[in-house]
Amino acid sequence: MIFTTQQTALPTKTARPSLLSRRMLLVAGALACLAGGLSGPVSARAAEQKTLLNVSYDPTRELYQKLNTAFIPAYKDADLKINQSHGGSGKQARSVIDGLDADVVTLALAYDIDAIADTGLLAKDWQTRLPQNSSPYTSTIVFLVRKGNPAQIKDWPDLIKPGVQVITPNPKTSGGARWNHLAAYAYALQANGNDTAKAEDYLSKLYANVPVLDTGARGSTNTFAQRGIGDVLLAWENEAILSLKEFGDAFEIVVPSISILAEPPVAVVDKVVDRKGTRAAAEAYLKFLYTPEAQEIIAQNHYRPRDPAVAAKYAKNFPDVKLVTIDGAFGGWRKAQETHFADGGIFDRVSVKK
Amino acid sequence: MTASPPLQTVQGAGHDPAPAPRRRSLLRRQVIPGFTLSMGITLGWLSLIVLIPLAGLVIRASGLPLDRWITVLTDTRLLAALRLSFGGALIAALINGVLGLIVAWVLVRYPFPGRKLIDAMIDLPFALPTAVAGIALSALYAPNGWLGSLLTPLGIKVAFTPLGAVVAMVFIGLPFAVRTVQPVLEDIDVELEEAAACLGASRRQTFWMVQLPTIAPALATGVSLAFARAVGEYGSVIFIAGNLPRVSEIAPLLIVTRLEQYDYVGATAIATIMLAASFALLLVVNILQKWNRDRQGGTR
Amino acid sequence: MSKRSLREHSATRLSLVALTVAIILLFLLLPLAQVLQQAFAKGPAVFWQSLQGEDTIAAIRLTLLVAAISVPLNLVFGLAASWAITKFDFPGKSLLVSLIDLPFSVSPVISGLIYVLLFGAHGFFGPWLIEHDLKIIFAVPGIVLATVFVTFPFVARELIPLMEEQGREEEEAALVLGASGLRTFWSVTLPNVKWALLYGVLLCNARAMGEFGAVSVVSGHIRGLTNTMPLHVEILYNEYDFVGAFAVASVLALLALVTLGIKSAVEWWHRDELAATRRH
Repeated sequence: MIFTTQQTALPTKTARPSLLSRRMLLVAGALACLAGGLSGPVSARAAEQKTLLNVSYDPTRELYQKLNTAFIPAYKDADLKINQSHGGSGKQARSVIDGLDADVVTLALAYDIDAIADTGLLAKDWQTRLPQNSSPYTSTIVFLVRKGNPAQIKDWPDLIKPGVQVITPNPKTSGGARWNHLAAYAYALQANGNDTAKAEDYLSKLYANVPVLDTGARGSTNTFAQRGIGDVLLAWENEAILSLKEFGDAFEIVVPSISILAEPPVAVVDKVVDRKGTRAAAEAYLKFLYTPEAQEIIAQNHYRPRDPAVAAKYAKNFPDVKLVTIDGAFGGWRKAQETHFADGGIFDRVSVKK
Repeated sequence: MTASPPLQTVQGAGHDPAPAPRRRSLLRRQVIPGFTLSMGITLGWLSLIVLIPLAGLVIRASGLPLDRWITVLTDTRLLAALRLSFGGALIAALINGVLGLIVAWVLVRYPFPGRKLIDAMIDLPFALPTAVAGIALSALYAPNGWLGSLLTPLGIKVAFTPLGAVVAMVFIGLPFAVRTVQPVLEDIDVELEEAAACLGASRRQTFWMVQLPTIAPALATGVSLAFARAVGEYGSVIFIAGNLPRVSEIAPLLIVTRLEQYDYVGATAIATIMLAASFALLLVVNILQKWNRDRQGGTR
Repeated sequence: MSKRSLREHSATRLSLVALTVAIILLFLLLPLAQVLQQAFAKGPAVFWQSLQGEDTIAAIRLTLLVAAISVPLNLVFGLAASWAITKFDFPGKSLLVSLIDLPFSVSPVISGLIYVLLFGAHGFFGPWLIEHDLKIIFAVPGIVLATVFVTFPFVARELIPLMEEQGREEEEAALVLGASGLRTFWSVTLPNVKWALLYGVLLCNARAMGEFGAVSVVSGHIRGLTNTMPLHVEILYNEYDFVGAFAVASVLALLALVTLGIKSAVEWWHRDELAATRRH
């Protein structure tokens, strides 16, 4: 049985050094490839210094693409190139902490930039360096419901009615979901005369109505819009408007009586720009975001502009809503994170199915 | 690297295969050369890619004080998540064992129109990014999906339940089961079956007594690999499982949760627990296989 | 001897084939159809157009580059490991095999992180790398490392069961008859294992191109520079560009099928030889 499968004639005795070396060459070639990969990006980076890397969160790609196109002529430096990186806000912050060379960070929450500042990559007082909490645009949390609002969802109390299904992502993995959670809590505090126990009770009932906790905002939108699960989606205003555009007339937006002022902040990463020598460009880039030209682009991309004139122009797109702020209602992000989303915090207590 | 000495061994063995190098005198008298070279490459590459990085992980996790280890290990939410990850993976791996055996058997043994095409499809779960797989599966099994709309009237809910996690795990593990069995089936000696048939064995007997024992090691490998892969799976499962704490939350999600809180130590601690458990299981399977092989006699 | 006794009843055969087709349909074809349906939801023109983007092309190029580096590395490793493990007896073999399996059981969430812990700014080698201005993570080498890690066991794991099953007699005979070790390897072992080797390479390649989780941690997600195809899919998806996302995903699926096509071509090429080995 041994040689039946063997077609080849038995090998001769001659050793074949050429074959040997060929195999060695293969190994060497593979290693050389790896080494080439190692050195490649380094030399590339040395050659073109005039590159900014904007590390941002998920849904801002289109916004920044347009802003970049407008900024480069305004900065009068045609050689400047702006690279973009997008991902979950927390993950992006970790990448910067671990060495991703971000000149500027434009993330979903101040907490994530605080985490970067904790490692010394930028000054702790970064949020005071630019106007309005370093947030050139804002947004808020609204409800997206199905066309005709069959579940009759008008405001926060409707979310905890029995049988209503609420779609919101997991606040532990999604920055957007943290805004949702805090907006709901802010409502519950206001409705219950600042009784924290009752507010927690409201959240418990709310999360009891959540059938799916996606890990990101887009996952939730997809579950709601394409999977057809749930009666209401808690979403950023800009995302809700985008969904309307994407999915046509199947949905409508409901603005609750009270919501939270979401302030996605921006900052220059000091250590990186000083090493790369890009500070001037990076600072100009962020300042540009506050100019009327940029504010116009911001409003067109469904974020609420800060510039009063631009805000007035687009007022009809952004209905008035009573907004609490993270600093006013929750004592800042660090405190909110600690009380609500840390292990054993409020979210852990209220999210467990009974 | 250590290229030159083993090469000499190779050539030396070519001229005079009889005397085995002294270092292996403890072992069976060995005519096959290349031990040092192949073992050198294996251990070197293994250390570089797997062992050193994983050691880094364990070192990082060891920064966790003992009392926090106890908190981590007794957290009922983590235990529930581990139960889903390991239990779901086990069920999925067993399903994959059965499905993989059938599919590999049919692909090797029965020519039928379209076989090539089906053969080509097997690797698909690897090529599709896990997130895409998760989205596609949840689209299929959601109440308004192609399969979900058929199953929902029957009272079977797949998407956004633990069952959904199992479906995703079956999907990502199937190629392991098929592709490990396939080459062995292709290689299996028809003579052996013919002999069995000549001696009066029925088709079923031949399968259970002759073929299955031959392919069993490969099948076990496939199942254990499918299991190992499913335990750690994240991308596809999170889109279809629903991720409700203590119900449909998988352990890797808790790792991500820790990372989102910049708690690297907590994350590496969970990872280390999962790593140790999977490694122990893989080791048991491999030892059982070796024992089984030795029992059946020698190298064959 | 009658071939009849060797064959199952035709009813058994038929039902097994039907079952296989059903399994494939249910578990593989339907998800693929779902992907394609989304990709072509707005017609082939939009599908085609969404593949033309500069970033998409850069992602495809990067993915192919990463696969082209990591697959050969694991191929060499796989051959060496399976040779060492199946042709020799040594203590601790089960341990070694289990260690080779290990990357499969490491969650993709972690397999990227381990390189960050080593080479990140706060990792063990991070400060040294920064000092020498070397970039590993958030650059191509990191992506290659993560890919090599997740595809590490494939070739070895395909080869080991088969080479175990084949034993050592053929090699030993060749050597006793005077063939050199390398010659034995090229003309005895390699032809015997070529199909398993091919499967291993195909799986390795498919997974190398499709890996998302691990690569996503070490890539940095810079569009046009460090985005591989799976990462690009996620980004497009997160931008509500569903057609674009699923179009890129279907290209990935297609690439897997192309490698399979190559395999079929190779099989067809060697069909006489194959027939000879099958029917001895």
